[in-house]
Amino acid sequence: MTNSTFKTYMCIVCGFIYDEATGRPEDAIAPGTPWADVPEDWTCPDCGVAKADFEVVEI
Amino acid sequence: MTQRATENQQSSSQNADIAARPLVIIGSGLAGWSAIKEFRKLDPHTPVLMFTRESGDFYAKPALSNAFAQKKDADQLITTTAEKMVSATGVTLLQNTEVTSIDAATQEVVTSKGRFGYSQLVLANGASAIKLPISGNAANEIISVNSLRDYSRFRGLLFEGARVLIMGAGLIGCEFANDLASSGYQVHVIDPNQGPLINLLPQSASEEMRSALAGLGVVWHLGASVHSISRQGQAELSVNLSDGESLRVDVVLSAVGLKADCELAAKSGAQCDRGILVNAFLQTSLQNVYALGDNTQYASQSLGAGGARTLPYVMPIMNAAKALAQTLTGHPTPVSFPVMPIVIKTPALPLIIVTPAPGTPGEWRSVEAGIWNFWAVGGEIKGFLLMGAQTAQRSNQIKLLSNPQSLIAP
Repeated sequence: MTNSTFKTYMCIVCGFIYDEATGRPEDAIAPGTPWADVPEDWTCPDCGVAKADFEVVEI
Repeated sequence: MTQRATENQQSSSQNADIAARPLVIIGSGLAGWSAIKEFRKLDPHTPVLMFTRESGDFYAKPALSNAFAQKKDADQLITTTAEKMVSATGVTLLQNTEVTSIDAATQEVVTSKGRFGYSQLVLANGASAIKLPISGNAANEIISVNSLRDYSRFRGLLFEGARVLIMGAGLIGCEFANDLASSGYQVHVIDPNQGPLINLLPQSASEEMRSALAGLGVVWHLGASVHSISRQGQAELSVNLSDGESLRVDVVLSAVGLKADCELAAKSGAQCDRGILVNAFLQTSLQNVYALGDNTQYASQSLGAGGARTLPYVMPIMNAAKALAQTLTGHPTPVSFPVMPIVIKTPALPLIIVTPAPGTPGEWRSVEAGIWNFWAVGGEIKGFLLMGAQTAQRSNQIKLLSNPQSLIAP
């Protein structure tokens, strides 16, 4: 098992970053959750845009 | 055929004609594009026509006030080009086009490129920066940053180490101060109030913000305003303040707030107050004309308490766009806003705040370091403020608001 491939995704509207490594425990998304497994109805906590409006980013 | 029958026939053929017209959107900011995206999810086929005085490129407006630290220029802030937005949504985009009036009787908009009929019209033309009356021969050099074009111009003026005076210590003023100070510029902030964000924050929190930004080198001029700005020679601007002080700076940035763009709506007969007035269905006083975004004064039914008001933030736009798409596709849906925290992107001291409805009697109380709650008279929590590392407590705090009965007053 490798965890070196975690990616980060950015909300294209407000810049909020979802990091697969840290997940989003406050929304019941455990650390290490890949983006594909984030629920489709999850929305950006900062601005409310849909999951579809995130794009992968290199940080 | 009787005359009556002829009239009926004319009227029904006119109705059929109107129904066949496109949905028209005015404005290509977050409100306009979000409305289209949500509409397309429900209706992939109806023709949509968008008018914008800009290029139509999609960008994240909140990024305008924190893009320097990321060393981003205006083009890099464009997340999706107009061309891609058009191909993704199948709209017809008329760029660099001014809409001069709305003929509500014939359901047409009059633009710099001609008259166009609409079946339904959405006003998403946003807000403009408020300009304060300032004297001096360089008052016209004051910059506001409210669009990509403004941002590009602003960036072009800032040379390395430039001195910048920011007018206004509100949300945008503080974000710019943080962004510019941490990018190596010399930043002054002036505000007639006694502290930053004073209309949003409890006093002690305002003081923490003041210290955090001062720690980055921001020089505060509180309880003062700009009296005049003049240019003597080419080199620099001389700014006289109301407290008698004078400053020498290179750029003056105004961040004193936004004013809803109501002019087009008002002269076309739509009722306006501080924004275009809409009901819970986002419908203006004109038939088949809707509004959302920074130009809109949302109805009190949508807001729960505190009366109709404008909400010039991202999250309300997202909620409004979803409800509006339903209404536009024949399923009238009132917008109701959830708890919408305001995130203040000041890395020196990040803040998340939920303000009580305007006029709510009560007071802010410090709960623990970095957490404040607004206790309304009667013992309910109606707002919270999280600072620094405590911003991670957002979800817990939102739960407190939705389950006030679980609270025990301290």
